[in-house]
Amino acid sequence: MKIGIAVFPGSNCDRDVHHVLNNVVGVQADFIWHTKDRILGYDAMVIPGGFAFGDRLRAGIIAAHSPIVQEVKRLAKEGTPVLGICNGFQILVESGLLPGALLMNHSLRFVCRWTKVKVQNNSTPFTRSFSKRQEFDIPVAHGEGRYVATPDIVKELKKKNQVVLQYSHDDPNGSTELIAAICNEQGNVMGMMPHPERASESIVSARGSGEAIGIFRSLASFLEQKAVA
Amino acid sequence: MGVLTPWELRHLEEKLKRRANAVEQDIVGAEWSEHCSYKSSKKYLKLLPTKGRRVIVGPGYDAGVLDVGDGYVLTVHIESHNHPSAVEPFGGAATGVGGVIRDIMSMGTRPIAVFDSLRFAPIEGKGNQAQKSRWLFKNVVKGIADYGNCIGIPTVGGEVEFDPSFEDYCLVDVASIGVGKKEEVIANRAEAGDYLVLVGGATGRDGIHGASFASKALEAENRSAVQIPDPFLEKLLLEATMEAVKQGCVKAIKDLGGGGLSCCLSETSDSLGRGFDVELSKVHARETGMTPNELMISESQERMLYVTDAEKMPALQSILDKYEIGYSVIGKAEGHKNLTVRQDGKVVADMPSSLVAHAPHADRANKKPAYLDRLKKARQPKAINLGKALLALLSNPTIAGKSWVYQQYDHEVGVRTVVKPGAADAAVMRLDNGKFVAAKLDGNSKHCYLDPYQGTLGCMSEGVRNVICTGAEPIGVVDHLQFGSPEDPKIFWTFAQAVNAIVDYCNFMEIPVVGGKVSFYNETSKGAIKPSPVMGTLGLIDDRSWITRSALKQGDTIFVVGETKPEMGGSEYYEYVHGITGGQVPQVDLATDRANGVAVMKLIRNGLVGCAHDCSKGGLAVALAEMAVTGRTGFRVNIDKVPSTCNRSDELLFSESHSRYVVGTSKSAEVDQLLKSEGVKFAQVGRSARGRAEFTKGRKMQISLPLAKLEQAFGALSRIMQ
Repeated sequence: MKIGIAVFPGSNCDRDVHHVLNNVVGVQADFIWHTKDRILGYDAMVIPGGFAFGDRLRAGIIAAHSPIVQEVKRLAKEGTPVLGICNGFQILVESGLLPGALLMNHSLRFVCRWTKVKVQNNSTPFTRSFSKRQEFDIPVAHGEGRYVATPDIVKELKKKNQVVLQYSHDDPNGSTELIAAICNEQGNVMGMMPHPERASESIVSARGSGEAIGIFRSLASFLEQKAVA
Repeated sequence: MGVLTPWELRHLEEKLKRRANAVEQDIVGAEWSEHCSYKSSKKYLKLLPTKGRRVIVGPGYDAGVLDVGDGYVLTVHIESHNHPSAVEPFGGAATGVGGVIRDIMSMGTRPIAVFDSLRFAPIEGKGNQAQKSRWLFKNVVKGIADYGNCIGIPTVGGEVEFDPSFEDYCLVDVASIGVGKKEEVIANRAEAGDYLVLVGGATGRDGIHGASFASKALEAENRSAVQIPDPFLEKLLLEATMEAVKQGCVKAIKDLGGGGLSCCLSETSDSLGRGFDVELSKVHARETGMTPNELMISESQERMLYVTDAEKMPALQSILDKYEIGYSVIGKAEGHKNLTVRQDGKVVADMPSSLVAHAPHADRANKKPAYLDRLKKARQPKAINLGKALLALLSNPTIAGKSWVYQQYDHEVGVRTVVKPGAADAAVMRLDNGKFVAAKLDGNSKHCYLDPYQGTLGCMSEGVRNVICTGAEPIGVVDHLQFGSPEDPKIFWTFAQAVNAIVDYCNFMEIPVVGGKVSFYNETSKGAIKPSPVMGTLGLIDDRSWITRSALKQGDTIFVVGETKPEMGGSEYYEYVHGITGGQVPQVDLATDRANGVAVMKLIRNGLVGCAHDCSKGGLAVALAEMAVTGRTGFRVNIDKVPSTCNRSDELLFSESHSRYVVGTSKSAEVDQLLKSEGVKFAQVGRSARGRAEFTKGRKMQISLPLAKLEQAFGALSRIMQ
């Protein structure tokens, strides 16, 4: 089992995700530079947080046109799990893999703090180890994290169970319907604004004891099961 | 623009035995500026104790290097960007972060945290001055946030102080710490024939004469002297440098900061003991038609100089190409000892590097200012409602919670931040060898104004107390000495006093100074700032179980270690609540300071306390209130029990006497026993309680406030800045 971590110029949570996957979860994860136009032998892809291409033009837009994201699109279509975190979520939205947009926080300021999310869909490859409506502590750190979509899209998302995580009554950015994470219709592509890699070890968790590791454990167990099958 | 004094020009030309041309004068002018040369301060800085068992590289390099065991090192540096930030707060503060981060990179280490210490004029009220201060504060914080967040280095700690002496001005100090493997620390050597590679941002006309600008009082707002930040490019430089270090393809690294190529080339050439022959037409520039003078003194940001050899050059080039970073091979190291600068082959400057790199010392007169004795005596304030005074102090922006600041900083990236901002007296970061580093910046302009010697001792004591409270042993400090013009003997006297204090404290405590910076000419037409040394203290925690925070817990018994004295000069109670400037500032007794610190360290390391907090700005009452707010737990404390020589309740509650700690414990008998055996002054003063913060004097209630009121007052800064 091998997980690829897409690295763009300006990615800055790549090493953190790499650390958690390799050293805490115990699955092999490798960095893949953004110019790579053929990805072979990877069972899942993570697009980590940061400021890909310095957020020039608009967060995520330049990365969305990079060779690696074209590959990620192909893999996503084939059913490979793809997880976008923070800037990774922005990139997934800009590349059209997920609907909606991420706008400037309501406060108009960057916000870094701990909050709580609630699991609304525990049938994705990223949330299967959680129970439904389970709440866990996790930090956010973003300037443009307010999820917005047209009422039609939001209705669709809810109907098809694509709202995976919601902020539980402690909304850091003003997202529509308190949305913290959504997935595509098939459930194999998920984007989330909070940072699970920062809440995967109790030592660095301001609150809770690192339950967000469930995101990565879910993915690992999903891939394991798939490998057996 | 002639920036050399007539005396300096004469000195230069005597040494050269010929006239210096205009390019040479500009190069030397940049390097001999106060900012780059330390010409006024060098003589004093030599007195600082810089040796210690952990010190691998001390002051004088881009960053200090400390051995933290198991083959790992910690690097640290501090810088300020005061002049630029006062003119253009966003860009000035951002480029300040960029500069200090490149210093850490220059040692071959990866920056893991940024700290900032900020000083502004008061921000409360509707007046123009308050509005301007809020504008400066808001944009300085945004500048630091944008830069640090983008490059992915967490900003994890610092302090903010407000004082009228910073009117129309601000102090922006940024420190950074880095980690690396001992064997990968850049050795900084070069052989004749090695290549000089200028890497990063294209050189433009920004920041021209920046170093000279920063070496004069701020009279005109010279925006062209402020540099333009590009954190994205810095991030690429960082990753490229780390790869180059890993692959061993650089022999020496130097960051380009104040003074641009002039300072970088002359200092590197001098320290490597190799001459440099440089061709300016090779420099990748962002503008055409730049003169040799402009190319040599431009302070365009995000630039580094790498020295490498022919064999390693291809590997370095492929790394730079991978990150699409601009670079140019601008020359070679030579067998001679000169800095030779050419434009299209023609020599435009040719001087011995050691001559350029070592400015002649400026002998500054010093004289004790008369105001000091006058301010020793202050009127005693009338007794006021103590509860109201406590709430006023908690809502004082200098003391109030700083979440408005640190929530704008990504303080989590890197997954090393163990103790987060606001949770303890210092930030604690995990290292790769299983240990932890605690770090904090401290300053106190009000104390240092009234007594620069005792005030500076106090800053050092506070820094040490802060890291001890997290469970750490202090292992090194960096100092940032900020004053007005050194040409004013009265100001220079305060500088000398501050240095004496650092020397005395560090010698007594056996803590080395591993880096620092001096910033003079911090003055506007309204006058000089108060003396503002800022100390950065580093501590090491060997064991995870030692890590301690400041939040009070239900069921805690509260102890106070150290004695409270009526030392009210410069206290927030006198200055902020009563508007009194003057009086006796808190005195540090070195032996007591050490004994109390050791005792608290033992308490923590024996697992006897659940929380610890030092008493500093606002005194004992504020310290307890902060612990209560952080822990969402009330308390009841009998002030008659507190070891003290105060007659007045307000003095006992709000005095800022040093060497004091508050700890909470569930093991009071053992704490009592250990403190007794340590022979320090201490007392059990009360217990945590539900919902209310109460101080009694014997049976008589002095202050009784619901926790919600304290929380509300503590949130004042966020409300002002909304």
